[in-house]
Amino acid sequence: MTSLFAQIGTVAMMNIRSLPRRLWMSLAMVLASAVVVAILLAFLAMAKGFESTMNSAGSDRVAVMMREGSAAEINSVITREQVNLIEESPGIARDTEGAPLVSPELYVIVDGLKKSSATKANIPLRGINTTGMAMRGNMQLVEGRMFTAGTNELIVGTGVLREFDGFALGEEVRFGKNVWTVVGVFTTGGNVFESELWADVKVIQSHYDRGSSYQTIRAQLETPGDISGLEKTIELEPRLNLEVQTESAYFAAQGKQLEYMAIFGRVISAIMALGALAGALNTMYTSVADRAKEIATLRTLGFSNLSAFCGTMIEALVLSAAGGLLGSAAAFLFFDGLSASTLGGSFTQVVFSFEMSPDLFAQGAQLALLIGFTSGFFPAWRAARLPVIVAFRAAT
Amino acid sequence: MSQEALFELKQVEKSFVKGKETISIFNDLNMTIDRGDFLAIMGPSGSGKTTLLNMLGGVDQPSGGEIWFDGARMDNLSESKLTQWRAHNIGFIFQFYNLMPMLNAARNVELPLLLTRLSRSQRKRSVEAALALVGLSDRAKHMTSEMSGGQQQRVAIARAIVSDPKLILCDEPTGDLDRTTADEILEMLQLLNRDHGKTIVMVTHDPAAASYARQTVHLDKGKFVHKEVLA
Ligand SMILES: Nc1ncnc2c1ncn2[C@@H]1O[C@H](COP(=O)(O)OP(=O)(O)OP(=O)(O)O)[C@@H](O)[C@H]1O
Ligand SMILES: [Mg+2]
Repeated sequence: MTSLFAQIGTVAMMNIRSLPRRLWMSLAMVLASAVVVAILLAFLAMAKGFESTMNSAGSDRVAVMMREGSAAEINSVITREQVNLIEESPGIARDTEGAPLVSPELYVIVDGLKKSSATKANIPLRGINTTGMAMRGNMQLVEGRMFTAGTNELIVGTGVLREFDGFALGEEVRFGKNVWTVVGVFTTGGNVFESELWADVKVIQSHYDRGSSYQTIRAQLETPGDISGLEKTIELEPRLNLEVQTESAYFAAQGKQLEYMAIFGRVISAIMALGALAGALNTMYTSVADRAKEIATLRTLGFSNLSAFCGTMIEALVLSAAGGLLGSAAAFLFFDGLSASTLGGSFTQVVFSFEMSPDLFAQGAQLALLIGFTSGFFPAWRAARLPVIVAFRAAT
Repeated sequence: MSQEALFELKQVEKSFVKGKETISIFNDLNMTIDRGDFLAIMGPSGSGKTTLLNMLGGVDQPSGGEIWFDGARMDNLSESKLTQWRAHNIGFIFQFYNLMPMLNAARNVELPLLLTRLSRSQRKRSVEAALALVGLSDRAKHMTSEMSGGQQQRVAIARAIVSDPKLILCDEPTGDLDRTTADEILEMLQLLNRDHGKTIVMVTHDPAAASYARQTVHLDKGKFVHKEVLA
């Protein structure tokens, strides 16, 4: 047994040391594995980043209500009367004076100029009051001040500031016939609300001719996650044709939107992996041919065919693992934290960051080793079956 | 079977299938090789010298007949048994040395010892002894790819004897060397035979090389045509 390990170790060491003889082919195999792994990781990091931007936006302590059948905020309409009915519902938290913690909100879409492409894209402008802001537990002003109720002032999320032109503090922005002033910059800890502009809900109602109507109601829940009180109220009151869900459930569903990116990334990298595999197989078959005389000589001396097999396998795994490491490093350097934006649920831009994480790297490593294993196996088999008399042939 | 016989070949047949043709190299070859012999095998190209040597070394198997080694049949061993048999019993010396270019001389010589149970320090001592015997103690750490042909063949001889096999098989060991270097190598083989009791079978085209052996057999068309005893 010790002899077998010594044999395999020596053969593997010899194969690695002979790599300079096959420098370019071996480098090509490393690079091909690196590219495949980097591409897989980029897509996965994109999906992951989007998902956590959405997920972290959602709170269990908040219920979101929209008109029945409207999948996203933009499609919903809610009347003042419905807001009043909801405020009476059980299950809603109340402040010290007994007033229900309910935030009726408006959600309209305005144009912005994207920095990256200099093209127009949709930004949500949310009409909100102080109760609503308090429901975003991690909301913080990082610059400037809060907007004054009843004025054309707005505050801008850091995501919007990062991706769009013209929203710097103090600037005036024109949407349609209305001119607004940016008076503050806010963060919500990296989640989707940072991709929004916020202003006084009453001002938006009048500028956008919404009368006294809203689009969503958010309510702070008495017991986190428990929306049964609200469900009961809605069921018993025919005027409330509303859907209720926790905010976390609402955003979790939206976060799945970019799941197709992960699937797409897997498909793309699988196709590319096939290409890389073809190249890697070629590299490894060349390696076996290049080492044929050495393999046969060792077999003549009494080395086992298992050592020839394992030596080749180890060479393939070392090359592909090197590629995996290189690809992971490249993906980390180029993509981790990369800011991007995409269409969110209401045809508005959601700004998010690519997110690398250990489990993604593990998936990259798996892919690299899969390439190494598959490209090593058949050539290793050939190495093990190589006729020993090759050792006695004339020098090549 | 005589007491001295190390090898005994009985009615050995060997043929190769090439496409639809079957080429018969040997049919009914009988011979014995005694312990302590230094046997040279000569003969024209294609007469089957290498084929015979390969069968003796257990890297090729006869198509018929029997080969006995040290009182046991070896031609019908399985491939993995034959591999172990080679490791225990045979030292090989090749025409083109067949050293590992990425290893230094000592590591090349050590290779057969990796197949034994010897400890690292025991292996080191055996390697040193083998290199001393071929006069290359001071080159242990040199890469073999930077050595002359004669030096490389001496490393190969050290590798062939390091695990103390009973039999050394050489196929044209001096075929790639000039006269003086060839004589050095042949003297070394002679020394191994005389002073260390190694049985040696050497294939060669060169009558001068064969003159170092104790006996020479001539092979032609799969038969021994005559045999000379020199010493
Ligand atoms: N693996 C093989 N497949 C088919 N034919 C073979 C094989 N090995 C040897 N032969 C044939 O067997 C015959 C004997 O070959 P062998 O190599 O034993 O000759 P040799 O006496 O060593 O010749 P040389 O002096 O040229 O080395 C040749 O005709 C050769 O073509
Ligand atoms: Mg020959």
